[in-house]
Amino acid sequence: MKSIIKLFIEAPWSARFGFVVIFVYIVLAAFAPVLTPYGESQIVADAFEPWGGGYLFGTDNLGRDMFTRLIFGGRNTIGIAFLTTMLAFLVGGVAGFIAATLGGWMDQLLGRLVDVMMAIPTLIFALLILTITGTSIPVLIVVIALLDSTRVFRLARAVAMNIVVMDYVEAAKLRGEGLWWIIWREVLPNAMPPLVAEFGLRFCFVFLFISALSFLGLGIQPPTADWGSMVRDNATLITYGDITPLLPAGAIALLTVAVNFVVDFFLHKTSGLRDEH
Amino acid sequence: MSTKGDILLSMRGLRIEGQSDEQWQEIVHGIDLDLHRGEVMGLIGESGAGKSTIGLAAMGYARPGCRITGGEITFDGIDLRTSSEDELRSLRGVRISYVAQSAAASFNPAHRLIDQFSETPVQHGVKSRAEAEEDARVLFRRLKLPFPDTIGNRYPHQVSGGQLQRAMTAMAMSCRPDLIIFDEPTTALDVTTQIEVLAAIKDVVKEFNTAAIYVTHDLAVVAQMADRIMVLRHGNMIEEGVAREMLANPKDPYTRDLLAVRTYAKDDVDLIPHETPLLKVENVTASYGGGVKVLHDVSVQIPRGRTVAVVGESGSGKSTLARAITGLLPPESGRVMYEGEPLPVALEQRGREQLRRMQMIYQMPDTALNPRQRIREIIGRPLSFYLDLHGAKKEARVRELLEMIEMNPDEYIDRLPGELSGGQKQRICIARALAAEPDLIICDEVTSALDQLVAEEILKLLQRLQDEVNVSYLFITHDLATVRAIADEIVVMLQGRVVEQGPKEEVLTPPHHEYTDLLLSSVPEMDPDWLDRLLAERQLAKT
Amino acid sequence: MPQLVKMVAQRLALGLLTLFVVSLIIFLGVELLPGDLTQAILGQAATPETVAAFRRELGLDLPPHTRYLEWLGDIVQGDLGRSLANGREISELISWRLYNTLFLAAIAAVIAVPLALVLGVMAALYRNSLFDRIVNVSTLTSISFPEFFVAYILILFLSVNAGWFPSISNVGSEMPFWDRVYRCILPALTLTLVVVAHMMRMTRAAIINLLASPYIEMANLKGLSRTRIIVRHALPNALAPIINVIVINLAYLVVGVVVVEVVFVYPGMGQLLVDSVSKRDIPVVQSTSMFFAGAFVLLNLLADMLAIVTNPRLLHPK
Repeated sequence: MKSIIKLFIEAPWSARFGFVVIFVYIVLAAFAPVLTPYGESQIVADAFEPWGGGYLFGTDNLGRDMFTRLIFGGRNTIGIAFLTTMLAFLVGGVAGFIAATLGGWMDQLLGRLVDVMMAIPTLIFALLILTITGTSIPVLIVVIALLDSTRVFRLARAVAMNIVVMDYVEAAKLRGEGLWWIIWREVLPNAMPPLVAEFGLRFCFVFLFISALSFLGLGIQPPTADWGSMVRDNATLITYGDITPLLPAGAIALLTVAVNFVVDFFLHKTSGLRDEH
Repeated sequence: MSTKGDILLSMRGLRIEGQSDEQWQEIVHGIDLDLHRGEVMGLIGESGAGKSTIGLAAMGYARPGCRITGGEITFDGIDLRTSSEDELRSLRGVRISYVAQSAAASFNPAHRLIDQFSETPVQHGVKSRAEAEEDARVLFRRLKLPFPDTIGNRYPHQVSGGQLQRAMTAMAMSCRPDLIIFDEPTTALDVTTQIEVLAAIKDVVKEFNTAAIYVTHDLAVVAQMADRIMVLRHGNMIEEGVAREMLANPKDPYTRDLLAVRTYAKDDVDLIPHETPLLKVENVTASYGGGVKVLHDVSVQIPRGRTVAVVGESGSGKSTLARAITGLLPPESGRVMYEGEPLPVALEQRGREQLRRMQMIYQMPDTALNPRQRIREIIGRPLSFYLDLHGAKKEARVRELLEMIEMNPDEYIDRLPGELSGGQKQRICIARALAAEPDLIICDEVTSALDQLVAEEILKLLQRLQDEVNVSYLFITHDLATVRAIADEIVVMLQGRVVEQGPKEEVLTPPHHEYTDLLLSSVPEMDPDWLDRLLAERQLAKT
Repeated sequence: MPQLVKMVAQRLALGLLTLFVVSLIIFLGVELLPGDLTQAILGQAATPETVAAFRRELGLDLPPHTRYLEWLGDIVQGDLGRSLANGREISELISWRLYNTLFLAAIAAVIAVPLALVLGVMAALYRNSLFDRIVNVSTLTSISFPEFFVAYILILFLSVNAGWFPSISNVGSEMPFWDRVYRCILPALTLTLVVVAHMMRMTRAAIINLLASPYIEMANLKGLSRTRIIVRHALPNALAPIINVIVINLAYLVVGVVVVEVVFVYPGMGQLLVDSVSKRDIPVVQSTSMFFAGAFVLLNLLADMLAIVTNPRLLHPK
């Protein structure tokens, strides 16, 4: 805890801003049912009620409270994106480490597989699969996680490749250590900083990706609240100069900006990867 | 000899700061230096002495992450510290030029050598393009480059390392500067190539009466090149004087240590012919994927409790031999016998007990220790893995091993490798190898990455440990001074073959194999006349 | 030179192989259809007869490899089959939409590429200056924005409030060129903002990486002017990384149009794809996916080939 406070103090303003935003989002998502005046898909009034009155941000196209939907939408979208990223890292990370440590045909096989998967743009691939499988939240999570794991694989493999050529890994092999010991004790601890940073970036990507799918009507399905589809449902308001649809869109943007600022600071701090050589 | 002309370059109280972890720290603490016209000054010191930084400061230049914070730098009456960027630019390349350590990286890969050569004189308006090209051919010939008339049309990657280094010297000469900074120009080269480059540089500098600052860590090299020598340590001047006088009569104890470093030699021992040697490599042939053979029919024997040194230059296959023995690169044919029993060729097929008895120490202690593990864990792992030691017993043994390598257990046992110096890290590597209680330790260039004084300590430690626990060493190195210091037997390798082997005394005393002779005679000696004499001898032998 | 030819040929073969595998995946997608999907698509009207007819329509009664070869052969000949939703020729549906999409991507590229390169090179040259920091923060911000957020903000300000541009980019096939450009401005601007940020950051990183190399220090120590160092020593070596950055971002651009087209109701391939996915119009989804994937693969192939032919080590072998 102390180190977090210390980190916060020495961070530049952009990263501090990022930390605060992320913290607020986590609190809002965690306490969503307590903080909201209405139910997630409860119809409380007519469609498109203006701001103020009993409804802080008015009501949506079906007459549900916008503020309530915003909070729940955050909880759903962030939660799903987080789970997806975790899964992508589990699959891609383990595969990447194995490919780098074992090398040989295993590396070739996984590498070619990923090459082919990455040859198809993620959005197109996802749309193709979702056409076939239909959209449900578990399917969405698995499909996006698998597609995203290719990028995690590339990074994990590249990072691990730099580590497995180190003499201490060769020393472990010469000692007779097994694969898991080498991955767990020698490779993983040294691969953590770039992987942590990548987790932030991948989370942003997945989060934006799910939002985009929902915005296209192909992601999280109603009546579950989520930011992407909220933009879509209320988009017509923008042509009347009403900024309500920008609220969920802005909420997405704010979170990804915050995460990016924190990651940028982290990268700068751990290795200066982005700037100084 | 020491004062050739009036003063060309003078530094007074030079202070330079370097940035580490976003903090500025002084790395050069007030250096005074005077260089006369036509004089060669050798800057010598171990890593972190600040010698390259001072060399670059003579051009009014500080690398990114460094800054000149105090003192005066005057070149031929011009104050470099107050000169504008444009004024400095008009000096650089024309009146002061630079030869970098890695010519391969310092030539632009996108342009031909001749274009890069001509650039300086043409851009500064010293010569026309045609004149510059003509001059290039003259200098290339002078520097004994092959095909001097056409080599300029090649791209940097089409030319060998030693030739590139000479081409870079030619480029530095292109405007006939008053001063050239040589920044470790031969450090990355093999000894036999080094000779050619040293001779070429020495010749051309003398010919044009150019002053030079020659930066190096190798006192024997600087002895050949310099009129005067300045010894540096941690950014301070230790001693400065005329080269011959200093080499003959060093005043400071640190200089004396540096001079003495290559004289340590192990006594000859009687080699008791064992019934069976500990390890016997029989007719091993090996290649990396692609079919290019890197080992041809190599046979080596290692007696118990003795040290066998394998010497060779880069590409000789000496490190591949180690990989073949350990099973990392299973040989295509031939056998590795351990106490008369054949070892399985591949690492994976060997049992834990077989692995335990053969340990390895690496060239770079930085990469040989996991930066995220503490010393306790690093040394402790072989103890639990091989010897089933745990808890208090393991802890006691780790401490005992630290005592053996002369490191205080209480102080070091909880540290991470990043909190140790290079020499200390190498000691930890030795302790890790010893922890397995092996019969044989393979030492792959274990002293090459260390400063000379530290390297000598490590060699002495290894020798003491051998006397104590009767372990055998297979010592792989390119450095003949190291061989003298540690070997009982010597194996000389060239292009994947053994060209000569035998007891140290036998190999080191003439008559040698032709290549051994070349190798031995190419190792620089402290005698300032060594290079001239050697070149004269070789010239004589040719005619 | 033979080494160069060999590498280019190898890369080309690999690209074609990738396209082949992509087509296989897209085709196999249908193969993996769970049994009840036909039912789901046909909905209430699903009688055993209609289901069988539908399967015949898709050709599901033939063995898979025959169907795959037929499908691939048809595609190569330009026959993409018919839409399930309205029975029209897919090639007809696609052709003018493809033109529209390429038109939009081209406009975005024309604005984005020069802008990103100039900004990226300047940020690298004036590293850690105020300019660099501002550009850094603003590109980081714009990367983080979802495309539709950027799009709606532009609509709000430039269309609704200022009234300069239409908020819906409904182009017709008969429309004059400049009229078409005018209607494309907002979607093109949206794409530009998103792509410029990526491209500029990558350019900056590539240049900084390059400026740290020893031969740039050498050029400095030869007393060369700043311009000469940039033009003569940095640029020839920066070409390969910069080309790479451009092509990768063009590939990104082609795919990035999907969301933007939906926001602006722009009649392009992206919109067609999204519509067909929601209607589960599988033949159309297959064809459009094949186009997007093909463009993506070809652009990446181009990047690799350009990287090979700009490498002096390969151009001038030993």
